[in-house]
Amino acid sequence: MTTTTQLPAAAPDEETAPPAGRAKGGGGTFGRYLLVRFALIFPTIFILVTAVFFIMRATGDPITAAQGGRLPADQLAERIHQAGYDRPLLTQYWEYLGGILRGDFGTTLSDNRPVTEVITTFGSATLELAFYALIIAFLVGVPLGRLAAYHRDKTPDAVLRVFGILAYATPVFFAGLLLKLVFSRWLGWLPVAGRASTGTEIDLAGLDGATGIYLIDVIRLGDGAAIADVLEHAVLPAVALGLLTAGVFLRLVRTNVIGTFGAGYIEAARSRGVPERRLLRTHAYRPALIPIITVMGMQIALLLGGAVLTETTFEWKGLGFQLAEYLQARDFVAVQGIVAVLAVIVAVSNFVVDVLAALIDPRVRY
Amino acid sequence: MAEIPTPTTPGPDAPARRPSRWRRLPVVRQLQQSVGLQRGMLVAGLVISAVFLLAALLAPLLAPYGFSQLRSGDRPFGAQQPPSAEHLLGTTVGGYDVLSRVVWGSRTALLVIIVAVAASIVLGVVIGLLSGYFGGWLDRVLVVVADAVYAFPSLLLAIVMAIVISGGQSDMWGGILAAALSITVIFIPQYFRVVRAETLRIKAEPFVESARVIGASHRRIMGRHVLRNATRSLPLIVTLNASEAILTLAGLGFLGFGIEPTEAAEWGYDLNKALSDVTSGIWWTSVFPGVAIVLVVLGLTLVGESLNDLADPRLRTRRAAAGMPEPMAGAPVVPGGALDAGPAGLSGLEPTEGDPR
Repeated sequence: MTTTTQLPAAAPDEETAPPAGRAKGGGGTFGRYLLVRFALIFPTIFILVTAVFFIMRATGDPITAAQGGRLPADQLAERIHQAGYDRPLLTQYWEYLGGILRGDFGTTLSDNRPVTEVITTFGSATLELAFYALIIAFLVGVPLGRLAAYHRDKTPDAVLRVFGILAYATPVFFAGLLLKLVFSRWLGWLPVAGRASTGTEIDLAGLDGATGIYLIDVIRLGDGAAIADVLEHAVLPAVALGLLTAGVFLRLVRTNVIGTFGAGYIEAARSRGVPERRLLRTHAYRPALIPIITVMGMQIALLLGGAVLTETTFEWKGLGFQLAEYLQARDFVAVQGIVAVLAVIVAVSNFVVDVLAALIDPRVRY
Repeated sequence: MAEIPTPTTPGPDAPARRPSRWRRLPVVRQLQQSVGLQRGMLVAGLVISAVFLLAALLAPLLAPYGFSQLRSGDRPFGAQQPPSAEHLLGTTVGGYDVLSRVVWGSRTALLVIIVAVAASIVLGVVIGLLSGYFGGWLDRVLVVVADAVYAFPSLLLAIVMAIVISGGQSDMWGGILAAALSITVIFIPQYFRVVRAETLRIKAEPFVESARVIGASHRRIMGRHVLRNATRSLPLIVTLNASEAILTLAGLGFLGFGIEPTEAAEWGYDLNKALSDVTSGIWWTSVFPGVAIVLVVLGLTLVGESLNDLADPRLRTRRAAAGMPEPMAGAPVVPGGALDAGPAGLSGLEPTEGDPR
């Protein structure tokens, strides 16, 4: 592709400083890094979109997948012809790429909607869920990681580390099922599923210019009961999804605080008589948080994957829930479109995160 | 992974210079290095993994019924029966015995792990070795491709692969192969990255150069000198990947892309079917398969974590036995490997000291 021509710009550094080495001295300005990193978005998107296209077509056309067996052969052939799936694969591929460049990701087979419309309708719900989950992850993961590092190799550390591993070992949907069982079914504190109760949904449907992010919409409605209703519905899905990321943050903060605690400047501060508590709180803690920003980029991918499962568990009508529905309907055009859009989101957010990390930590340059 | 040896009591320290072959095996060596909490975690992980392995191997003996059995004699089990003497863990909404499906499910999980990890090691190591050794434009392209795949939500990629391989649902081996190969696609970049990085480092070592001077062929240098030194960090990735494989398999099953219940037992599928039970307060159909997943992943992750900590000098408290050969090289499992403290993804959580000098 056009963009791959810029790749060698990034590569020479990698050859001279393999494999994990930073470029020693000089190595390039921030502007150059930004440019190279930006150029890398396109091959990433291109590769994923291409791979998904050819993989999905490897087994046959989408119409046979969705309708095969339910339609007589001649009708099936006619529909395939109408949709243009009997043309050469490469022709279809170029058309698909062209469509993506114009922002057209295809039209779903099962309900005949443009994929972009599906994304804008359901994306806000996923965004809201991911946002809540990140808040929970931060509130739980970062302080606990710090605590574990502070009590390194003592009982609290052991307990917290096992908690961190458990948070990773528990599939989000099982965590969701357990939370539902305990807090909805047995204790009856929180609603079982959905984003809001029917009454609130009806109120929200009447609101014009709705953002689709229920919390914002409900605050604009100004109805206290509705706000409480929306928040109540969000608690369990956010905790289920958030705990997974909280475990990641916990382990990361612990490792990094311990790592920075052994650094030379900490020794220097200690020899100047800075108390241990203060060493940990200010000297070792803050630099240890920087890598979290980098990991956030990877968390976006993890959250999107987790959102599919969480949304299915809680009938949270977001992108993941919708994707699962399309999967059940064998609507592979919709699946392909949604996956392609997610590829774009992941590539762009990784770029943003890398740039943020480079701004904060000047050592991170190619 | 699967062939984790059960811990045995280490004999008295042999005075010999070189430890025996048994004691130089990957996991055994770490077990001897570890002390205190780390040792506890490693042993706990090994015990859980061993139980999982036994359950998988002895499933026909342990399970009271078959995984797709609906009746004993001519009397049907009945659906959603609470735990009783006949059905220790109750029956599912489809009328299967929960205990039997949990036990048989371990066999499915083990098969998927073995196929997935074996396939991704072979492919990832070969591609990584060739790419790192020869370099050139193909190497650059492969790095970009691996990074792209690595960054993408793995479950979505696995779903796409599962659609292609099996069209959704299939028989036992079809389902196992579909799940395993879907997972392989996610794992190859990880092995590729690690082996390539190690190969780049080793390629520059004097012993490779001297081999080249002697006139050894590329093939011999790669197989004899590079490969054997480049695979030291693999046990760590294997254990972490094994647990990730189970989670991905369960996720696929939960979304309805698993294996038909009549072909094999699969925990994710059972959890999917238990989704509606939870609302009506039926807990035994979801809790037991879920706990099985958590336990197996926990056991494998404990092993992987311990190996990782023992390999990382910053995290290792102290090593037990002096005179042990140097620990596994910590190669970064981080895309690009540019940040010294920027791990990524679940397998790279603990940043390893990857700067080989």
